[in-house]
Amino acid sequence: MFDLTGKSALVTGASGGIGGDIARALHAAGATVALSGTRTEPLEALAAELGGRAHVLACDLSDAASVEALPKAAAEAMGSLDILVNNAGITRDQLMMRMSDADWDTVIAVNMSSTFRLCRGVLRGMMKARWGRIVNITSIVGATGNPGQANYAASKAGVVGLSKSLAAEVASRGITVNCVAPGFITTAMTDKLNDEQKARILAQVPAGRMGAPGEVAAAVLYLASLEAAYVTGQTLHVNGGMAML
Amino acid sequence: MSDIADRVKKIVVEHLGVEEDKVTENASFIDDLGADSLDTVELVMAFEEEFGIEIPDDAAETIQTFGDAVKFITEAA
Repeated sequence: MFDLTGKSALVTGASGGIGGDIARALHAAGATVALSGTRTEPLEALAAELGGRAHVLACDLSDAASVEALPKAAAEAMGSLDILVNNAGITRDQLMMRMSDADWDTVIAVNMSSTFRLCRGVLRGMMKARWGRIVNITSIVGATGNPGQANYAASKAGVVGLSKSLAAEVASRGITVNCVAPGFITTAMTDKLNDEQKARILAQVPAGRMGAPGEVAAAVLYLASLEAAYVTGQTLHVNGGMAML
Repeated sequence: MSDIADRVKKIVVEHLGVEEDKVTENASFIDDLGADSLDTVELVMAFEEEFGIEIPDDAAETIQTFGDAVKFITEAA
């Protein structure tokens, strides 16, 4: 249904479970993709799996200069940059009473400040093209909060506010800015939980199961599509009914 | 009119979709030519590209009228 032939997409955190499936979904719809992450090995493996139309761009999102250079590198590799998916994210969980400044600053820098810099970096090209799609991956906890994740929740809520502001600024130029907020998805991030923790969380999910990365990717594909041109400044929650917002 | 002024006028006319005779020396992009704040950013980007110059943000803020733009670019180019 969604055809992205001729479009170019940059996906950060493409070495992760959700990022990888986002890249696969956009690529399957015909887009050329630039895969970004700190570890190049899984990115190279994904690029090999995708075959053509895939580029690997290493980037450390905690390094501002590295982040600034990424949109330009992506546009040079692919010829243009039409779709940006800010998917990369980290956690440094700790109760707030015990949370260090470093744990706070690192999560804000990687999850929120890098999103700001990457969005800013892609705007010029999108404004000239009068077309662009920015999809920021946030989280259910950005809307609901979560004990032990003050830094992570703040960074994700911050990205929602950033996205709405930018959406209002550039809507008249054919550029949409939206968020996808995953709930409880099977990834390396949730693999760390033990069975008891998982059971406790699953009790709060009406769908009765964890989500798959591909189900998040499908939401991203929609928001990146031509068909979603009139949807902007929104957050699409993909959480099995865990929070109905 | 100088060559630079002609080129600037062409960009303004094309970008803002205004009549050429409205683009006078003292015409303000926002007050007289209907530009919004994003238009002014785009105009500056277009000037940078056309003339191969860098217009820093603090300088861009001083470019309010067609005359301002021509003056700045004439000095910078």
